Amino acid sequence: MQALLVKDLRKVYGNGLIALNNINLSVAEGDFFALLGRNGAGKSTTIGILCSLVNKTSGKVFVFGYDIDHELEAAKSCIGVVPQEMNFSQFEKVLAIIINQAGYYGIPKKVALPRAEYYLKKLGLWEYRHNTVLRLSGGMKRRLMIVRALMNEPKLLILDEPTAGVDIELRYHLWDFLTELNQKGTTIILTTHYLEEAEKLCKQVAIIDQGDIIQNTPMKLLINTLDVQTMILDLVKPLSSDIKMNYPYRIIDDTSIEIEINNRQTINELFHVLNEQHIQVSSMRNKTNRLEELFIRLTSKNGILS
Amino acid sequence: MNTLTQKNWIAFRTILSKEVNRFMRIWTQTLLPPVVTITLYFIIFGKLIGSQINPIEGYSYMQYIVPGLTMMAVMTNAYSNTAASFFGAKFSKSIEEMLVSSMPSSIILLGYMVAGTIRGLLVGMIVLFISFLFTHIPIRYPFVVISIALLSAMVFALAGLINGMLAKTFDDISYIPTFILTPLTYLGGVFYSIHQLHPFWQQISFFNPVFNIVNTFKYGTLGITDSSVVFGFLLILSLFFVLFLWSLHLLQKGIGLRQ
Repeated sequence: MQALLVKDLRKVYGNGLIALNNINLSVAEGDFFALLGRNGAGKSTTIGILCSLVNKTSGKVFVFGYDIDHELEAAKSCIGVVPQEMNFSQFEKVLAIIINQAGYYGIPKKVALPRAEYYLKKLGLWEYRHNTVLRLSGGMKRRLMIVRALMNEPKLLILDEPTAGVDIELRYHLWDFLTELNQKGTTIILTTHYLEEAEKLCKQVAIIDQGDIIQNTPMKLLINTLDVQTMILDLVKPLSSDIKMNYPYRIIDDTSIEIEINNRQTINELFHVLNEQHIQVSSMRNKTNRLEELFIRLTSKNGILS
Repeated sequence: MNTLTQKNWIAFRTILSKEVNRFMRIWTQTLLPPVVTITLYFIIFGKLIGSQINPIEGYSYMQYIVPGLTMMAVMTNAYSNTAASFFGAKFSKSIEEMLVSSMPSSIILLGYMVAGTIRGLLVGMIVLFISFLFTHIPIRYPFVVISIALLSAMVFALAGLINGMLAKTFDDISYIPTFILTPLTYLGGVFYSIHQLHPFWQQISFFNPVFNIVNTFKYGTLGITDSSVVFGFLLILSLFFVLFLWSLHLLQKGIGLRQ
């Protein structure tokens, strides 16, 4: 079954801005799906329509087979959403917010309380349950939004930039948590500007640009289309002379160089050439994240970056 | 109770308890000010000025104004509760918690309407209780008193909800009470009998909902009336249905809520 099926979805705002231009999208049940795009590309509009915060102009949306035009409540009961912007009442307490959220879905307190305890403990918020939102840090508020979205145990979890402004340690923790959720069967749609995050977590990726889906493919296939990678090599000793090899390269400083490798060449070949010239490498890394490189190429063909 | 009804009942109770807890938590801003204001009305208009005014239809001026002041408190509090709370939720975007959930729009409507009604009636009861400290108020027709108080609170809670939904700024939720509700209230026979007005203005007053509410409540308590109680009751009942359907339409279409 498709967790989400979007057909010819179009949104034109009151000021005439075409946010979505008849997009088609399908997310399989159990998928971990990345929806990527620049600011203003149409990601949040798409998410807004899915969870009924934005009215669509035309098109059809089905959530686990439920048509949002005719079975909105049933469709919404399958969805949990973590919005991009904080949307709490600042004066409410953590526990009250999530118990109320469960209540809005018709979940009784006796079911909601143990569920709240489980997720609050899982995301390190249990000891703050009696605090008002006002007293939480930015990272805590992000985690609280995730807990809140999980109170109805959604089959489809939509995360709109869930790790924005979150420190790296917490981000790793959230990645593990989301991976575990996905492995247990929750379908996840993720939008993020951290492309490393999307590459690490997601199986399928769609790129939206100026209201159109310009790419919708398995993550691995997309990454494989990258024909050139730029590697940065840190050297053990400073370079004494120019290097003689068939790879485009640039010397960054005495002990580091940047080399381009196309997808017909192997890292082994490169190391063979370096060995021949007695160049020892202490470490190696990609100049940019692979998905990031692809993303910039794809979206720059289409818009303001070109 | 089937599963859907049970779920909706839980959702309704959640909104209701959240809203009631909210206004009880800030009782110094929600319950106390109307009580202080109305007490001042009783002292100034009832005792000081009222003692120099001749009885109206057999009642002292103090007794005459109590029903109007009580209903004024019911209406303004029911209205401001839903208007301020709903707009506040919109402003903080916490309204999205409800909009993304699976509960139907009608439950959101009922939750806010009943919470506003409870605050209106609670303040009304406090005001009526305080009036007993100043004068004796008979309750001639308890059913009329209860039903018109309940209906008026619901009507004004719905009006406040519509205002909250359509408001774009905090100023927008103060325009209606200032420029519409207050004039309607002061021209609604709270402090005088409309028989004192020119016949033209009397005819106009018959269609003022606030006048009909005050008049019906006055009939239920003191047993006196300036116009047909049945007409007044039906007018308010019609207004209730109109506002109910309007607010349901706004919620379902997401007007003022969704982009």
